Parts: sequence; C-alpha cells; structure tokens
Amino acid sequence: MISVENLTKKFGEVTAVDGLTFQIEEGEVFGFLGPNGAGKTTTVRMLCGLISKTSGEARIGDYQIGNAADSLKIRSIIGLVPDNVGLYSDLSAFENLDFYGKLYDLPEARRKANIERFLKMLDLWDKKEAPAGTFSKGMKQKLAIARALIHEPKILFMDEPTANLDPEASKTVRDFILELKKEGRTIFLNTHNLDEAQRICDRIGIIKTKLLSIGTPEKLRESLSGIKTEVRLAQINDNIINALKKLIPNKIEISDNKLIIDVKDPDTENSGIVAAIISAGGQVQEVTQVVSTLEDVYLTTVRG
Amino acid sequence: MRLSKAWVVAAKDLRIFGRKGSVLRYTVLSPVLIAIGLPLIIHFAGTRHGGSGIPPTELPHLLNAFSFFFVAIGAYVPIAIAAYSLIGEKVEKSLEPLLATPITDGELFLGKSIASFIPSISAVYIGSVIFMALMDLFTRSTLNYSYFPNWTMGLILLVAVPLIIILSIEANVLISSKANDVRAAQTQGAMFIALPLGVIYVSTEIGVLTLNTTVIWIISAVFLLIDIVLFSISTKIFKREEILTKWT
Repeated sequence: MISVENLTKKFGEVTAVDGLTFQIEEGEVFGFLGPNGAGKTTTVRMLCGLISKTSGEARIGDYQIGNAADSLKIRSIIGLVPDNVGLYSDLSAFENLDFYGKLYDLPEARRKANIERFLKMLDLWDKKEAPAGTFSKGMKQKLAIARALIHEPKILFMDEPTANLDPEASKTVRDFILELKKEGRTIFLNTHNLDEAQRICDRIGIIKTKLLSIGTPEKLRESLSGIKTEVRLAQINDNIINALKKLIPNKIEISDNKLIIDVKDPDTENSGIVAAIISAGGQVQEVTQVVSTLEDVYLTTVRG
Repeated sequence: MRLSKAWVVAAKDLRIFGRKGSVLRYTVLSPVLIAIGLPLIIHFAGTRHGGSGIPPTELPHLLNAFSFFFVAIGAYVPIAIAAYSLIGEKVEKSLEPLLATPITDGELFLGKSIASFIPSISAVYIGSVIFMALMDLFTRSTLNYSYFPNWTMGLILLVAVPLIIILSIEANVLISSKANDVRAAQTQGAMFIALPLGVIYVSTEIGVLTLNTTVIWIISAVFLLIDIVLFSISTKIFKREEILTKWT
C-alpha cells in the first residue's frame, strides 16, 4: 500500500530525512517513533504530496509521489490528521466537515451521511451546530479525525493524534484508531507515545533522520535484549549454577536470589532449567519472562 | 483549473467573513462613510458665504477628484479581507489539512482571490451608488444638471476599480507570505497602496492632473501592468511547499 525507497529530503544544507526505506501493507497500523525534529512530519508531508522529495522513490497505492499527475490522486485517497488540528473556529463542526466533503467532490447525500456517521461515532453529533472554536482540545482532535475520514480514505496519516489530550480523550482516539484498523484502513501514525505505539501498532519504525529500526513491537523488544527467563530461588549456590551451565551454555546473570538466563525458546527451555535447578537442590519460587520495554528499545536506539 | 473547487474555498471564506464583525464593519462602513461624507462636504461648502461657496465651473473638477476616492476604496477594502483570508488560515493553522485535499495551488489562489474580490467590489459599487445619488442631489441646483453617472465614473467603476482590487489582492498575497498577524499585514498592505494613490489624488487636487477619461485609461493601464507583474510573482509564491515550509 505504501512503498518507500531511499527517500530523502533536504532543506538547503540541512538533511531532514535521509534515505528512508520501508513498506507498509494494506490494513496495517504503522507507528513512526522519533524525537522532535527527527523527520516524522517531513516524511508524512512528502508522502501526502505536500512537499517535494529531494531524492528517492515512494508510492502510495498505485501512485508515485513527486509525479505531478499523481499528486492530486494521492491526496484524494489519503486522509491527514496534522499535529495542529487546523479547524475553522468560526464554522460549526458540521460546516467544517461539509467544506472538506465538497473539496473531495462528495455528492451531497453521501457528504451528509458521512458527516452524521463520523460525528456520531466520535460522540460529537450533539455538537454539530456549535462553532469549532468552542470545542475542548479532545473534541477538536476528534473533529480533525472526522475531517480526515470524511471521504473514507484507504490510507490515514495521523501526526501525534493524542498529543496534549487528557487520558480519557486519548483512549477515545486510540479506540477509534483500532476501529479504523478493523475496517481495514491503513494507518500511518506519528507518535511520541510509546505505550500508544505498543498498544495499537502492528509495526513500528524508529526514526532519527534515518530509519534506525523497524519491526513489530515484540521483535523490537527482543532485538534489544533477546529473551530472558528470570528464576527466583530461595537460595542460590554453586551446585545450581554448575548444573545450569552444563545444561545451557548461555549467559547467566545473578542478582540477589534471582537468576537471569538468556534463552532462545522459553517454551521448550524453561522446563529443563527448572528441572536442573530442582535436581541440584534448589527451591524455585517464581519463573517469569523478561523482555525489554519499548521505551528501553526506543531510548537505546535513538541514543545510538 | 476547476472553478467549482475555487468557489468552494471562496464560499467558505465568505461565510467566515460574514461572521467576523470587524471585517464586515470595515468592508461596509468605510465605503458608505465616504459615499455620504464627500457629498456632505460639497453640500456644506456650497452653503457657505450665502450659498456661493463652490463656483459651478470648479465643481466638475472637484467631483471628478472625489470620484477617484472609489479607486482608493477599491484598493483599501481588499487589504482587510485578503489579510483575513490568508493570514486567517495561518492563524488557524488550517493550511496543512487544506493543502492535503485534492485542490491545486491555482484553485486555492483563485478561491482566495474571489473571496476577497466579491465583497470588495460590492462594497465599492454600493458606496458609489449612494455617492452619486447624494452628489446629484446636492449639486443639481448649482450645475442645473445631474453630474452622475458619467463616463469618467463609469470608467473608474468598471475598469480602474476591478483592476486596483486585483492589484490589492495580489499585493496582499505577497505581504501575507511574510506576515503572521492580520493587523501587520493590513498595515503593510495599506502602506504599499497609499503612496501611489496619494500621489495621483494630490496631483488632481493641485491641478497637475485632470481626471478625464484619457487619464483614467492611462491609470488603468498602469494598474493592469502592475497586476500582471504581481500575478506572476504571487503565483510563484503561492506554491504549497512554499506555503507550508515558509509561510507557517
């Protein structure tokens, strides 16, 4: 659905985005993580046909970015929720959406039906006649999402959709993104929020001008520290350590009364580890799996 | 270029202007005040010294000079509207979602221009009708005929005013690309327009220039020339990448 190869953007001497290469499948929620100034918004703007690329290639569906003829077609199949909601505060919620529906050439009946549908889905229908300027931040964000969806785009770009929202409004937006995923829409999500990315993204790319890492949240966590099994014992002694070293040559860390052991497949290896400890006279109190958090992965990756 | 898309943008802007009291007041009040004020000046000047204030031979010269005020109004009114139209989008941060829709730069530029042009020309025409009616009312007894409408005023309203409105809108695109505040844009726009118009007006008042149809044609031709130059510059500036990366 989205294919990016060696995409680069320079503003004068400054390289904002450097040689990005990735693919996003149809129906996938792809999270783009990175610090401020990492090139997330610039990437979205290039993919939306808002700014030109310096070099590289990118395709949105069947259309190529940078091709003047394809640019209008790209903008007709995508929806954008920018980091600033950019609503017309003097127009009502209904008028804001109606204006955008007209820009997408939606017939009046479909326009009105979609406005009602999305305002109801986002719990804004009762406020449809109220000026957008009177809305709370959360309501404005929801209205901006409705605006991006008014023409039912296949691909939705969202730039920090939950930034500055309270936890309840953030949850509403996240739940709505998951609803959109169920509808099969492809979602490109720029976010700072690691918890959000972990919860709703199928895959995550970490960017700091260059794409530093990409994969599912699980794979990214595993890539940092591998998989570890933590065994809490009543007491640790040399017999237990020796028994384990005979069983597995992997790295074993000792921390107080805990053993942290690198494993490849916990499902097959953990039973053997527990059996070896017991046969060496150890008393196993707890066995848990240790995986790095996405925050660990993010910070380690971004700090280089 | 799809006119329908441009019209969607223009209709949205016109709806917003309709809800902004300050824009409405500025658009409607200034032409109406001038349309009423200038005839009143003639009226009160004429009643001084026992009714022998302005000689009938001087009156047409003065009325022509006053007619030129509508060129000035045509220049000033779009400054307020165009500044709201363009800087308003900047202030609302609505340019990015707007530019992400399937609208071309040209359609957006045309839509913004229509939104500024329609209220401006309407305000000038409404003001000019009031002006001509009142002037005729106050000067008919002195001149023994109705001075308005006449060819000079017709040329001013049908040729010079539309051209100066377009000039003003294009100048505002240039100014709005740099300004981040509506008032700053209005001030800069006014300064840009004030000097040449002031020179023309003072020239007519001191008798250096006589505002006849030939002079109005020449002034209109100059406006057209400036329109063409500014259009060329404005369309170069009004590019989405330029707008997103340098305007905001």
